[in-house]
Amino acid sequence: MKKDRLQRMLVTSASSVLAVVVALVICAVLLKVTGKDPIKAYSTLFGAASEGKVLQDALNRATPLFISAAAVAIGFKMNLFNIGVEGQMRVALLSTAVVGGLVELPAPLHVLFCLVVAMVSGAAWAGIAGYLKVRRGVNEVISTIMLNFVALALVAWSFDVFFREETDSASLLVKTKELPTSAWFPDFVDRRLNGMLVVALLVLVFFYVLVWKTKFGFRLRASGGNPGAARVTGVNPMRMVAISMLLSGALAGLVGMRALLGDVHAYQNGLAEQQGFNGIAVALLGRNHPVGILFSGLLFGFLSAASGKLQLEEIPKEIVTIMQGIIVFAVVIINGAVKRWDERRIQRRAAAELERRAVEVAAA
Amino acid sequence: MSTETLTPDSTSTTSWWGGLSRRRRTMVLSLAALLVLSIVRIITGADDITSSGTVSSTLRVATPILLAGLAGLWAERVGIVNIGIEGMMIVGSWLGGWAAYQWGSWPAIAIAMCGGALVGLIHAVATVRFNVDHVVSGIAINVLAAGSTEYLSIIAFKGKKGAGESQSPTGKGGYGEFDMPFLTGGRIGSWRSPDILGWIERQHSIPLIPDIAGFLRGLTSDVYLPTVLALAFIPFTMWLLWRTRFGLRMRASGESPAAGESLGVHINRLRYQAMAVSGALAAFGGAYLSCVFTSTYRQGQTGGQGYIGLATTIFGNWTPLGVFRGALLFGFPTALKYRDDQNVPALFLVGAVILLLVAVTLVRRRQFSTGSAALVTAAVAVWIYAAVAEVPETLVTATPYVVTLLVLAGARQQLRPPAHAGQPYRPGENH
Repeated sequence: MKKDRLQRMLVTSASSVLAVVVALVICAVLLKVTGKDPIKAYSTLFGAASEGKVLQDALNRATPLFISAAAVAIGFKMNLFNIGVEGQMRVALLSTAVVGGLVELPAPLHVLFCLVVAMVSGAAWAGIAGYLKVRRGVNEVISTIMLNFVALALVAWSFDVFFREETDSASLLVKTKELPTSAWFPDFVDRRLNGMLVVALLVLVFFYVLVWKTKFGFRLRASGGNPGAARVTGVNPMRMVAISMLLSGALAGLVGMRALLGDVHAYQNGLAEQQGFNGIAVALLGRNHPVGILFSGLLFGFLSAASGKLQLEEIPKEIVTIMQGIIVFAVVIINGAVKRWDERRIQRRAAAELERRAVEVAAA
Repeated sequence: MSTETLTPDSTSTTSWWGGLSRRRRTMVLSLAALLVLSIVRIITGADDITSSGTVSSTLRVATPILLAGLAGLWAERVGIVNIGIEGMMIVGSWLGGWAAYQWGSWPAIAIAMCGGALVGLIHAVATVRFNVDHVVSGIAINVLAAGSTEYLSIIAFKGKKGAGESQSPTGKGGYGEFDMPFLTGGRIGSWRSPDILGWIERQHSIPLIPDIAGFLRGLTSDVYLPTVLALAFIPFTMWLLWRTRFGLRMRASGESPAAGESLGVHINRLRYQAMAVSGALAAFGGAYLSCVFTSTYRQGQTGGQGYIGLATTIFGNWTPLGVFRGALLFGFPTALKYRDDQNVPALFLVGAVILLLVAVTLVRRRQFSTGSAALVTAAVAVWIYAAVAEVPETLVTATPYVVTLLVLAGARQQLRPPAHAGQPYRPGENH
């Protein structure tokens, strides 16, 4: 049994590594075809790994990815596809920037208060999709896509009308009122690596313990894996849907906090953009497991941190986006193939066992 | 049509309404909508609300949405969920811009459609051959399309005259326009026929009649030929789906592939074919933006219209005419905005009236929570009309999504998606 688990783990990690290799090969071909030198590109890209600054930046960029991937993965464990992490994050960003500025608290409490506000507002926005799913049977994929756009519009509009601060035109960017310093999340390395990394790692630990070590997590995985069987054992699937949607939304609320509390300290348009979407890719590559998410988040964070170096070599840094897209594609295709191979293997083993027993019976 | 055989619950509706056929009801609803618009036009004096110019630009704005919606329809009718429409549109708009400045406008559309078909086939290979989750594959396509067009723009357009890192050079050649003879002053030979609808439309003091004339005139005057081509896909798709053997098989593949397979239908081959068409249609929509609506490709030009298309597929109940109706509805606010900002506040009054009607219907059906949601939205719309002098574009862009969510939440009993859309299927393994 243990050997089986080990084998499965090896196959899983091997297929993820293979996906990355496939993406590298395809991108090398693309680089070559478009007249760029792939060897130079890759040596620049991965050569950046020897620089401490780039690595710090990579960790910093990985921080929101860890959280958004966990948000997506919690949904996946329940067979829920929360594409709305981006929108939930956006709602949480503005409400935290506004509500966080209303109170006066000592430093650690104020940060904590902001994080709670973010989680509550993210969960509230996700709750709309949860309600529509549970009460009205609306597919969460469709509703979260639509709600993303509604969130985008609503946040942009209310920011524009109510919350933007009249600046003395010194800076071109319009922001909300800056949060007091007590709400700032401290940096590890000044302006380079923010302390939110700790929160992100805690989120991954929380995700692991919740899903694999608690009764709730067992029910969650059971309803995701076999809803019929779960219902027979007394799990209310609709309740599980509602709870996991709210949990996912609460985590989604935290995604933008590195940018808000740790960097800009105010809301502005385009803040933390795409960090919710990218979590989907990281969760898929990490196979919805915290350890996998850790590795894939680091990889994605590193790729985007090192992509700036490519510009210096006259290679468009957008090649990294293509690489990330191909990685996602390759990993899901390989997973499909491996799953099929695994099923066949089990079928073959069962068939052989049956035959052996039949021979035994015949001999007796 | 298969949907016409459905009779929605008539217990809560009045008898004359329940007695009407679905097609009649649509007619009544459309006339009622025009009447609301007409009344609002007379109250607010915003004559442009139903002018032929507005309808005509609505048609232009609606065409890419229509094409995206049809792309969603083609995919979902054979059982494949296509979240990648946006990505396919991006590919189409890029290819359109890239081809238009080199070879002219019509080849650009053709090349874009070929490229879109290829992307559609990638989605089909992933979902059909490798059984990848349809939503995941669609998202991957969107990421890939955005990334690779950004990359290729830098390679192909940077340094060209009138272009940049995220913009193509101006395309060559235009497209002809079409006017209907006798109704909207189209030409027969060299003789220009009278513009009868145009005359009726100018009689602003009468309710309803000039609005109908404006509507018809907008649909039949100054229509770009690519729009005509796009519109032709509506009757074509209807004919194909409900009058041909191929269409029957398509619907079987979307409703119950195992049943289709047992009758000898090559489900997978059919899905590849339909996905190629779906991709081509979406890319046509993208190319429409970069070649017809404007004449350059710009990064981010599609701006989520693929998702509006997806919403249109749902709103249109997976029927071509429904998709067309949805595209017109969703394109209308944007078109009004383009013509004159002054028109948009009046639109909020229209929205409020419609939402009020929806709320009343919902409450009578005892769906109190959704009904009150509609009521609150109506109140907000009235408040915006009364309080806000200029309506921000951001709120206008959100309307298609809000409308679709309300439809999904309130009228789901009347929606009939293909039963098997999005579910994994392997031929020969479904006993």
